[in-house]
Amino acid sequence: MTNDGRMTANRRIAVLSAGLGTPSSTRLLADRLAAATVAALADRGIAAEVEHVEVREHAQAVVSATLTRFPGPDLERAIASITGADALIAVTPTFNASYSGLFKSFVDLLEPGSLDDVPVLIGATGGSERHSLVLDHALRPLFAYLHAVVLPTGVYAASGDWGSGDAAGAGALPGRIDRAGRELAALLAGRQARPVLEDALAVDADFEDLLRSLD
Amino acid sequence: MTGQQMQFGIFSVGDVTEDPTTGRTPTDAQRLQDILTIAQHAEEVGLDVFALGEHHNPPFVPSSPTTVLGYIAGRTERILLSTATTLITTNDPVKIAEDYATLQHVAGGRVDLVLGRGNTGPVYPWFGQDIRQGIPLAVEHYALLHRLWRQEVVDWEGRFRTPLQGFTTTPRPLDGVPPFVWHGSIRSPEIAEQAAYYGDGFFANNIFWPAEHYQRLIGYYRQRFEHYGHGTPAQATVGLGGQAFVRPRSQDAVDEFRPYFDHAPVYGHGPSLEEFTAQTPLTVGSPQQVVDRYAGMRDLFGDYQRQLFLVDHAGLPLKTVLEQLDLLGGEIVPVLRRELAVGRPAEVPDAPTHAARVAALAAQQESEAATV
Repeated sequence: MTNDGRMTANRRIAVLSAGLGTPSSTRLLADRLAAATVAALADRGIAAEVEHVEVREHAQAVVSATLTRFPGPDLERAIASITGADALIAVTPTFNASYSGLFKSFVDLLEPGSLDDVPVLIGATGGSERHSLVLDHALRPLFAYLHAVVLPTGVYAASGDWGSGDAAGAGALPGRIDRAGRELAALLAGRQARPVLEDALAVDADFEDLLRSLD
Repeated sequence: MTGQQMQFGIFSVGDVTEDPTTGRTPTDAQRLQDILTIAQHAEEVGLDVFALGEHHNPPFVPSSPTTVLGYIAGRTERILLSTATTLITTNDPVKIAEDYATLQHVAGGRVDLVLGRGNTGPVYPWFGQDIRQGIPLAVEHYALLHRLWRQEVVDWEGRFRTPLQGFTTTPRPLDGVPPFVWHGSIRSPEIAEQAAYYGDGFFANNIFWPAEHYQRLIGYYRQRFEHYGHGTPAQATVGLGGQAFVRPRSQDAVDEFRPYFDHAPVYGHGPSLEEFTAQTPLTVGSPQQVVDRYAGMRDLFGDYQRQLFLVDHAGLPLKTVLEQLDLLGGEIVPVLRRELAVGRPAEVPDAPTHAARVAALAAQQESEAATV
């Protein structure tokens, strides 16, 4: 915080949610996780801006990009908002014991390296508590593969969770959301804001070096 | 063929694809004969270049481009024969040096080639290579090819090929001038760097991605061309691909091409024709629409030397392809030639030809002799 009490060090948080309905409980969980993170960052005097990517709005474009290997203009902007953020909150519904196919198809469009060292808060929704391990057997390995920093706490919300309040104790959904938000805020507070991605077209070495590297 | 500012032509992938409107798939034999007919017709309608792809897996037929191009050379007079692309990673550079020097002699110098890495995974192991070594392979193989064509006796040792001691490729390049080389790439700055380093041409296929994507790659190539001391960025040699389907009436073109687009191997069942034409250089419509779109390419890429169109893919029948060539040669290319000549800065080089390169070599030798 500066002397006059204004918040500094703006962080950009991208939220990727792959719910299918409107409104969707997946989006609801994503919003709550984002709000908890922003509040926990504010406690530390750090301002944050949140940018939402709703996968459903890009559904056709995701399939087209999978086939043509290039994203259309709107999808390209959505991908850039995720790969350029300081942190990612990723939330998917649970379908047939894993993330939704559309969610994975979107993630498949991210270039290798684009989430390197990026803090990721994972979340999932489902019909019953019995799917909660989707966080640890599907989402966590996915983002670990992408070399992201996956937070220890992931948040799974079953339908029943939306009807339980703080009275349910520390294990209730609001408590888990707050805890995840605090973890992400603490991680972000200890890091510099991410520099703007450098031009992917720059070659590291002069061509002579490329030639010599083969000797 | 000297003094030609821009060359216009076609490039063929050589795919064997079912015609979705008739359910008919050509045999390999038919498709190869069609390619021969298409190339000869390209010359008849006044196009300057015919380029052929190289593939080693069905449903593509051209695995041996110099055989096909050698036949076309014997049946044509003017048209320049090129490739799209020659696989610099999985072919032996010694064999490329021999094959294309031979083709140069057969075709009286009407030969150049576009080198590419190839993106079909299994082709690498089938030819004893590793796709993860794609860039180093392209770098080492081309360095050897470049020497084989310029140095009589070569001693060489590298990582990927058996060493050579006292080796001379035969035949030597026609008139002592190797075929002009373009380096093709969709997304690798290293290949643009390679083209710039040698002062060779750079070819962007400009088909599957938005033009803006290639714009950055070509801008980078032009900048590095200057860095390596070959001239100003505007003096670099740039070729572009492109894609069009034309009928005199715009709506007829859209109606006729749509089933081919919707079932095409690469983009079929994905984006709509309208999305794809908005996002990539594919233009489906009247000759004027194609002229407008492609006359605008130099605003994105700078004045350039070669424009090739893909016209014979996705199962389009031979008759249709020949009609496309009639429209291309009759109504599109002559207008593009005129329009792109207007305001072309004097420093922009003409398209490369064997005759011009022989003349340049002679001039260089003369000036060297004069200074001794």
